[in-house]
Parts: sequence; structure tokens; C-alpha cells
Amino acid sequence: MTASYRIPGAGRFSHAKAASFTFDGQSYAGVEGDTLASALLANGVHLTGRSFKYHRPRGILSAGAEEPNALVQIVRDAARTTPNVRATVQELYDGLTAHSQNRWPSLSFDVGAVNDMASPFFSAGFYYKTFMWPKAAWKNLYEPKIRAAAGLGVAPDQPDPDHYSSRFAHCDVLVLGGGAAGLAAALAAAESGVRVVIADEQAELGGALRFESGARIEGQDGWSWAQGVVARLKTMPNVRVLSRTTAFGYYAQNFIGLTERVSDHLAAPGRDLPRERLWQVRAKKVVLATGSIERHMVFTDNDRPGVMLASAARTYLNHYGVAVGKNVGIFTANDSAYAAALDLKAAGIAIAAIVDLRDNPAGELVDRARAAGIEIHDGRAVVRTGGRLRVSSMTVQRRTGGGERTIAVDALLMSAGWTPSVHLFSQSRGKVVFNDEVKRFLPGTYAQDCVSVGACNGTDGLAASIDEAYAAGTKAAREARGGAAAGKSEKPAKPKVEASEGWSRGMVGAAPGAGPGTTVKAFVDFQNDVTAKDIRQAVHEGMRSIEHVKRFTTNGMATDQGKTSNMHGLAIAADELGKTIPEVGLTTFRAPYTPVTFGAIVNHARGPLFEPTRRTAIHPWAERNGAVFEDVGQWKRAWYFPQAGEDMHKAVDRECVTVRKSAGLFDASTLGKIEVVGPDAAKFMELLYTNPWEKLEPGRCRYGIMLREDGFIYDDGVVGRLSADRFHVTTTTGGAPRVMNHMEDYLQTEFPHLNVWLTSTTEQWAVIAVQGPKSREIIAPLVEGIDMADEAMPHMSVREGKICGVPTRLFRMSFSGERGFEVNVPADYGEAVWEALWVEGQKHGACAYGTETMHVLRAEKGYIIVGQDTDGTVTPNDAGLDWAVGKKKTDFVGIRGLTRPDLVAKGRKQLVGLRTKDPKIVLEEGAQIVADPKQPIPMKMIGHVTSSYWSENCGRSIALALLAGGRDRMGETLHVPMPDGVIEVEVSGTVFFDETGGRLNG
Amino acid sequence: MARAPVKKQAVVKTDGAERRPALAGQEASATGVSVTVLPPAERISLRGSEASRAALSKALGLTLPQTPKTSAAKGKRAALWLGPDEWLVIDEAGKDPLADCAKVSALHSAVGISHRNVAVAVAGPAAEATLNAGCPQDLSLAVFPVGACSRTVLGKAEIVLLRTAQDAFRVECWRSFSDYVFTFLQEAMRDAAA
Amino acid sequence: MLLIRCPYCEEERPELEFRNAGEAHVVRSSEMTATSDEDFEAFFFIRSNPKGIIYERWRHIHGCARFFNAVRDTVTDRFVMTYKAGEKKPARLPKVGK
Repeated sequence: MTASYRIPGAGRFSHAKAASFTFDGQSYAGVEGDTLASALLANGVHLTGRSFKYHRPRGILSAGAEEPNALVQIVRDAARTTPNVRATVQELYDGLTAHSQNRWPSLSFDVGAVNDMASPFFSAGFYYKTFMWPKAAWKNLYEPKIRAAAGLGVAPDQPDPDHYSSRFAHCDVLVLGGGAAGLAAALAAAESGVRVVIADEQAELGGALRFESGARIEGQDGWSWAQGVVARLKTMPNVRVLSRTTAFGYYAQNFIGLTERVSDHLAAPGRDLPRERLWQVRAKKVVLATGSIERHMVFTDNDRPGVMLASAARTYLNHYGVAVGKNVGIFTANDSAYAAALDLKAAGIAIAAIVDLRDNPAGELVDRARAAGIEIHDGRAVVRTGGRLRVSSMTVQRRTGGGERTIAVDALLMSAGWTPSVHLFSQSRGKVVFNDEVKRFLPGTYAQDCVSVGACNGTDGLAASIDEAYAAGTKAAREARGGAAAGKSEKPAKPKVEASEGWSRGMVGAAPGAGPGTTVKAFVDFQNDVTAKDIRQAVHEGMRSIEHVKRFTTNGMATDQGKTSNMHGLAIAADELGKTIPEVGLTTFRAPYTPVTFGAIVNHARGPLFEPTRRTAIHPWAERNGAVFEDVGQWKRAWYFPQAGEDMHKAVDRECVTVRKSAGLFDASTLGKIEVVGPDAAKFMELLYTNPWEKLEPGRCRYGIMLREDGFIYDDGVVGRLSADRFHVTTTTGGAPRVMNHMEDYLQTEFPHLNVWLTSTTEQWAVIAVQGPKSREIIAPLVEGIDMADEAMPHMSVREGKICGVPTRLFRMSFSGERGFEVNVPADYGEAVWEALWVEGQKHGACAYGTETMHVLRAEKGYIIVGQDTDGTVTPNDAGLDWAVGKKKTDFVGIRGLTRPDLVAKGRKQLVGLRTKDPKIVLEEGAQIVADPKQPIPMKMIGHVTSSYWSENCGRSIALALLAGGRDRMGETLHVPMPDGVIEVEVSGTVFFDETGGRLNG
Repeated sequence: MARAPVKKQAVVKTDGAERRPALAGQEASATGVSVTVLPPAERISLRGSEASRAALSKALGLTLPQTPKTSAAKGKRAALWLGPDEWLVIDEAGKDPLADCAKVSALHSAVGISHRNVAVAVAGPAAEATLNAGCPQDLSLAVFPVGACSRTVLGKAEIVLLRTAQDAFRVECWRSFSDYVFTFLQEAMRDAAA
Repeated sequence: MLLIRCPYCEEERPELEFRNAGEAHVVRSSEMTATSDEDFEAFFFIRSNPKGIIYERWRHIHGCARFFNAVRDTVTDRFVMTYKAGEKKPARLPKVGK
């Protein structure tokens, strides 16, 4: 296929480097350097989509990021299919596959276009009014149907195979926007030696110089000058040039989020290349050089394919070498469209006529257009267009009314004027000010250390913009250096502008023919199908603030965020309200400037990097020995060790019985460990735990309870005193970081007079619990320097010595009710010591057990687990642990909370045991308890089950529960209503096994 | 192009139980940057007030730094300022700083953490960019010079970062985070090289 | 992401290294058991929630690990100043630039 609209000799890309692509299955030819939009236009294709609500045929409006219409689906494969890609931004690569969106069965014949006929029913607020009732139908009926009909593209239903990366960066001067102003600012700053980052959303920097054929700088045309500056900047070690990079968010303290599209433009991206890179840049100074965006004219049927922005047509011609039509009409309210007409005419394209809303326009461009023989209809408006899938004519009328004249065109260019891009400035919390003379909002009060230059600052003309930008870049660099002298002596010369283009003014609001009282479709917001009439209707229905008008009509709320529509919408609303534009106000711009992929936001944090997965030193042994693991916070913990043919219950039953019969090995390494060291260590412990510590002898351990100030249990654990000034504290696995934080908080801010320090040693020690009657026999042969006899090392003691030739802190303690030990060894030795203990254990029939068995064994003994049997509202008394609260103590964290009226009131939930009447029934954890199952619903719930297991050792189910007034209900029969029947339970003590505790020394 | 990580023999012989350091010997590299798990080292977390600094310095054979974000090194031993009364002392020659501090009567806390931490070296011209994939600090030489050190974050893990040379860093993390940190650095390395 | 000056590290560091720790200058009584119900309520439960200047605690948890105090403007999110734990509430606040 030949690209019939490509003009030989025009544009900046070699036509030799062909790139073929398909659009809706049809093959086309493009060239490298094209965007999808320019390549389609080169093939005479304007029709690229259907509108959101009315399914009207739509074409390419712009040549940049502001594009509201030409949204397509780019498909690389089933998993790499991207919806809502702006064809004006997507760079062409060989083999690119694109589909149009929101049409069925085809783009040229779309059944949904019936909505256009029915449009009187689809006025502003239609959805809000029509689908309000019945309420339930919204979720089940209306919303799915509406969503299906008013679609954008299709999201892939497979995981994203691409990867995304992230980079934090710091610089002295960050320049956002790589047009003439941005380049001048970057150059000025860079030459002084400070760190500069310049970012631009286009593939190549240059901004409006892409189309401004009249610009000459430093003896070159504007574009060539820009490329020269870019090349120079790239050679400088203090400068980073980021192209294809959008600054999407301006956050506090000059923190800017940018996304760099690294490989979307490549036919075959390398595997090492990310698709996108998220840059999070902290800049001392920010220079905003974000340019301006041309506005369309709001008139009847201004949305036909072929109707587009004048600057876009110029860009397609001057940059891409593509003609947007062969007989082009122009509708304008300012001078810039004349430049487009002149460029097109010079390239041999017929200009049907320029329709200028202004009376007697004058100036150099107008004169040149006249001299070129272009027909100019001044004081007139285009009031209508003809055509269906492509514009075929424009109908012209005097601004004041009267006779009409229809002129045939195959493209219609429009320019209502230029809107400064104050998006990022507004995001930075700067306040914009309306300039009534030129009808635009400009940066007013700054909230952050940034400066706007060039078109986004309302500076008209290339020379003025470069002057301003150059001065701003120099000043920013000087201030970033703190006033120090520039690193380089040679001051760069300010770029000299020899010829320039420049214009201002224009109009905002509806053009004649689409004014008040009309019911025509003159689109303000193309993407959300909002017309001038809709805005007026919103006002008639009572919307007064632009924020309300916006939400009622959805003007500016599509993915393009109203880049072309906001000003028109505002002007129409103001007009209808009889107020000035600043009185109605501008909606706040929010991040992101253009849509950001989730991939870029998530970047590295996926798969194994989604969250750290923590494994113990003994993990590899457990893995080799068939452990099933469970997630406990970030940790992987061995849950149970099934043998051949065992399910979880069988495995756990066997492990439970084996531990009590012989012994078991359990990896307790994840327990939090904190070393508390210093002469005031005991004093500190007294304040942080409910228990008394001063009199605990070195070499002994104690079960400690930690409260919050409100008196509720925060954590628990066994604490060993290694010496007068050194405690080895253990915490729950999940509680380790917060307990450390809690302790540091009190130490640093409430008790800073204490001479004590805290060090987390959780990961220093691997911990092997050996529990069971044979535990001592298993450990003793491997231990040196520790007398493990009961008299020498009673229950709740700690010794330091060696095991397997490496240092150990050996605790005698039990979380199973059996004689037990916890062997602490430096983590790198953990697995080898475990293996040695395993060999010894085998001689006694010991097993390895996991967290499930650990839970069952402790529940058989009524030992609580903080966070399971407590929930942040349980006091030591509630949990039956009053004995652990030092009665003579005058202070500890929580001591006052414990005496709060509600905490000492009768009837609090207390921890009890539950025995089901049918011993085979295992209660569900979390199940509610009632006294009378026959009472009407809602029943009075008097407690809930916190722990429940099958206990093979007891030959029955066991459960712990928090029950109102529980300890006064011993022996009572209560009920647990469940979906398939009520379960009878008897209230009991919390100890189900070995009530006397004799087995601790058994 | 990036090379896949190399797994080496993960065993260090001692006279007693075998020492099996996490990720022992693993390394990976790409153009301009390498990521290498370093051998075990002796480490203590040392705490003490200004009054004890001289005595502790003397016992350790180096001057414990007073200035935030700085470190001191002597031979194979380094002391990193982590907080106003906190240093991480690392000895790569196998000499136990815990034993040195045991002789000091001045008020302090020394806790052995040799096994708590795993160290990874990130080296090469792209080292800074590799780390900045997940570390939000300014790591330019002017702000984070050779010898600078800081506890900070890398992605979702806490690390201690020490600049050992113009284009080389030592990353210390807790043992169970080493998998995450090493994997993160490998992925970041590929991007920094790209 | 905010930049927060740590008074111990003596430089601004990224917010990711910090954790907010609630309102500052809430003093725990040294005579805890003698505290009235009303005083305990004020100490433990009641917090100010001003629009504008707030005194709060932060911890440089992934840095020097110190708790410190900060004065922040809840409207602009801007830190006015930070100072060490235990130091008095500043009598006068410095003017903040951009």
C-alpha cells in the first residue's frame, strides 16, 4: 500500500525506513519516526474511534498528549494488550497491531451509534436521574450494561509479562518540558555545573519547534537548534536528558513523579529492558516549561473525523511529512491557524478558505495569507459541518447571522487560541490567576520552589520565552548552588533568536451557532461527549460551582482530564451564570497529568519482590523433609511435617502424641529477640512488663507480659536474665518489630534517664525448641559446659555454653507443658545443629513438628497466644494471668489503665475452656456463644471461641473462649449456634492436659 | 547483558557445627555493575554515650565516629555511625570486637550480631543507579562520599549502606531479608545496566 | 513524599525512612497510679487535631532510630521545624520559605 498523503521531501524522517502496521486488521505502510496517528493520516485514515456515549465517529484531533479521540488498543500478544493508547503518542514500530475501541461490529458501522439518534434522552445527568431506581438494579443490571455499551478498551485478562523499574534521583534543577524554553533553561543551568535533569514526553525534545517553521535560532531553523542543544546536554556528565518521559505528578517539597516509556516504541524490546521506568525525582529547583495546548472551536458537529487542531496539522506536515487533507478549511479565532494555512499551502495543499471569527484581522500572518491568495472570510463562523465518517464540508455564516455558504473540504483545522499548561503548577499547589485580556489562567502565587517559563507562563513569542527561560535557568542554578560561583568560567551565551512566531488571544466558549438556546451538538469535551448545551443544562438544573458542573456533566473527567475542554466548559458556564470566569473558578488539576500504568507504580514490587519472604536458617532442612509451610507475617514457618499417606490431621495427631511420648523438634527461630543491656536493665524491664524483674536471678527465666498504657495485653514472652545487666527478651513472632518500637519509644522519650540499650537479636539466633520427656537426653550429648541436671538447671532457667562446638544460649522452658528446652545458636549454625539434634532425636523416636502441633500442645495446657486468644481488649486478669502482674509494683506501662472502671467491672469476658458435649465436634474459631439457643434472633452473644483443636492426646476436641463472666460459669452448659445446628458446650478450666504440671519435670 | 547468579559451595568449616551462611558466595553481574554476597564477618551493635567513646575507641583500635553518616576504618575493621549513641562495628579479619569491648568498664552495650546481618557488595559505575532503584537517599559523591554510611531502606527492606569506594557500596541487611535484598539488587542491576 | 530534617542526623531525609508517632508533648505522669480518671483520659485518649500547626513525634526508624519532635502545618504539609526528644516546645516558630 502506498501512503498517499505522505508528501515527498517534507518531514524529518527518512521515508526509506519503512514500518508496516495494521489497524483493525488492515495493513498500512508507515515510516520509522511516525506515531500511529501520523502513519494513519499518511494513509488517509482519520476515522480512528467511536465516542464514549453517542458512539459518534471520531478522528485524530491533536498531535500530542492532549488527544481525546484517537484512543486505540495496541496488541503485542494476548498478555500485552494495552487499551486507551493515544494514537498521537504511540510511536510506530514495524509490525505494530492496533484496534479501534468502543464499536461493534465495526468502526464504520457501529450499532451503538443509535445512541446518537436517541441523544435527547442522554443529556447531562442522564445516568444519575434515570438509573436511580430501583436501587438494587444499579449494581446488577444498569451498571454492567452501561459499562459494556460505553466502553473504552479491553484490559488484558492475563498477568503482565513485562517488567517495570524504579529510580530515585536527585538534582539541583529539574526542567519539565523540552521545548525551546525548557532547553534554554536546562542549558543555562547545566553550563554552570549543577546537576540538571530535563524531561520531555515526546520521543525527541523540541516541543513546538516540531511545527514552528518560522523559528530561527543561532543561524539554524528552530528544530535543528533544539537537536544541537540536546546533543550538547547529553555529553555533559551533570545532565540527564529523559525523553519519552512524562512528569505526571508534582508533590510536596519539589518531589516529582515521572514515567519513562522505555520500550513501548520498540518492535522487539530486549528482555532486560523494562517497559517503563518510574522516576521519583527530588529537585532543589524546578523549572516548568510545559508549554501550551491549542483549543478547538466549539461549533455544531465539530467532532467529525477530519476536523482537527491547526497546530496538529502543522505538526503532521512539518515533522512527519504528512498532509491531513488535500482541500483544507480553517476556522480560527487567532493568528496561529494562519501559519498552518501558509505551511500547508506552501506544501501544495489547497486551502479552501480561512474562516476567522474576528472582524478585520490584521498582522503579518494575515497579510502573508492574503498575499498567498488564500480566501479569508472574516467576521464569520463555521456553523456546521457535513459528512459522516469524514468531514466533507463546512457551512459558513456571518457571526451576526444571515445567509449561509457551504464550502467543500476534506479536513477542517481549528484554533480558538492556546491554553497555558498550568497542570503541574496547579498540582504544586500554586494558585493560578485569570488574565482577562488574553483569556487565560496563568501561574500566580507559587507554593513551591519552582518557576514557570515560556508559553505555560503566558510568555508569547520565541525570543521572549528563551530570554525568560535562560534567565530562570541561570538563577535556579545559582540558587541551587547556594550562591556559590559557577563551576565553569565560560558563561554560555544566551541563544540568539533571529526569527520567531508568536501569537496570543483567541476566544473561549461556544462559537456562534452553538450559543445559548441552541440544541446543536457542539462538543466541548470530545472524550466524554459533553456539548455546550450540556453545560448550560447543568447550570439550569442548579449547578453553580464549576466543580458541580464538572461532575454533573463529566466535562474534563475523561482520561484526557479536559486538556482541551476545561476552558471552554468554564466559559460557557460563566456565560450562562452571568458571572466572570474567575468568579466561577477553575477546577483543581490533580495528578496524574496523563494516565500512569499500574506497572510503573508497582515497578519492582511484584512476584518475589512484592514483599520480603523471610525464611529461617533451618528452613532448608524443613523443605527437604517435606514440611508444609504457612505464612506468618512475612515469615514462612513449617506448619506440619506429613509423612507418606498422612493428611494434615493425621500428621498433627502423630506429632502431638510423639512430643508427649518422646520428644519433638520445633523451629522457633522467628520469635522476636531483644537484648536489653545496661546497669538499669532490670529497672527498665520493671517498667515495660507487668512482672517483677529486680529479684530474678541471673540464669533464671520468667514469663513476661507487656501491656499498653490502656492496660490491655500487648505482647508476651519468656525473658532470660543472663547477668545482672543483661536480659534476653523474647517476643511473639508477629510482635517483634512493634515491641521493639514500643520499648524504644518509652526508653527514648519517657525513661531516658535509664542507662540501658536495646538491640534486636531476632536474626542473630536460630532457635530449636526440643520438647518432650526425652528432650534432655537428646540435647545433653551435644552440650559442653552446661550441667543439665534438674537441680543444676531447673525449669525456667538459661545457661550459656556450647553445643556441637558452637556457642549456645540454652533455655529450659516449655510451651508444650513437657520438659522442654530452647537451643539458641548463631543463625548460620542453626541448620547443622538442628541436624545433629535430629540424629540424637531419632535414637529416641522424636519427630519434627510444626506450628500447628505447637498450637495444639499449648492449647492443651491453656497457654495463650497473644493476638489469637487476645484481641487488644484483654487484660491479664481476663486471660487468667493476674499472677504475672507484680502486686507490689508502683509503676509499669499499663498500671493505671488496669484500674479504669471498665477494666475492673464485673462481667468482663474471661478466658475459659470449652468442652463440647460431643467430644468429636471441633468448634470453629470465632464462633459466638449464647446462653439460650431458643431466644429470638438477634441473640445475645456472651462470648466467642478463640482457639479450637482436635486433641489426640486428650482424645477429644478442646477449645479456649473469651466468655462474659466466664470464671463464674464453670460447669455451665452453653450453646454455639452454627449454620447446621446448635452445638452444646460445657465451660471448663483452660488446662486440658496434665493439670498439675508434673510433666514439666517428667 | 546480565548473568544469572552463580551458586557456590555454601559451607564454611569450623571445628564444630558447619557454618552455612545465607546466600554464600552468590554473585551476579551486568554491564557496569556487579552484586556479590560477601563472606561472613564479625559484627557488634555497639551502644554508648559520648563519655564512653574514647575508651571504646581505644579498645577497638579505631576512633568511633561522632559525625552523622560517617564511618571510621582501620585495616579490616570499620565502625559505622548509625545513631547518636550507636555504631555498627564490622571486622572482616575475623577478630572479635565483642571480646575487645568486654574489657571496657565505661558504660556501654555491645551485642554480637555477626550472624544477624548479611553483606552484599554492589560495585561498578552503575552501582549508584542500582541502589537508587530502591534507596531514596541522594547517593551522589558530593552528598554520600566514600566512607559515608547510613541505615536506610531498599525497596521494602531496611539496610545499612556504606560507600566503600567511589563506585562501590556495602549493603548490610538482616539475614532473612537477604534473599529479598539480593533479588532486588539483581533486578535493579539489570535496569541500571540497560 | 516529604523530606524530613532529622535533628540527630542533621540533614533532611526521605519520608520513607520515618514513621509518625503521634502527638508530641503528651507527658506520662511519674505518679501514674495517682492519676485521676479525667487526667488519664486526657493523657491517653484525647488528642488535638488542629488545622494548621501541629506538634507531633516522628521516629527516624530506618535511619538513626531516634524519636524526635516536629512542628508541621497540616494545611500545607510543610515541616516548620524539628527538634530533639525531650526539648521544650519552641516558644517561637521560624518563618518557613518555599
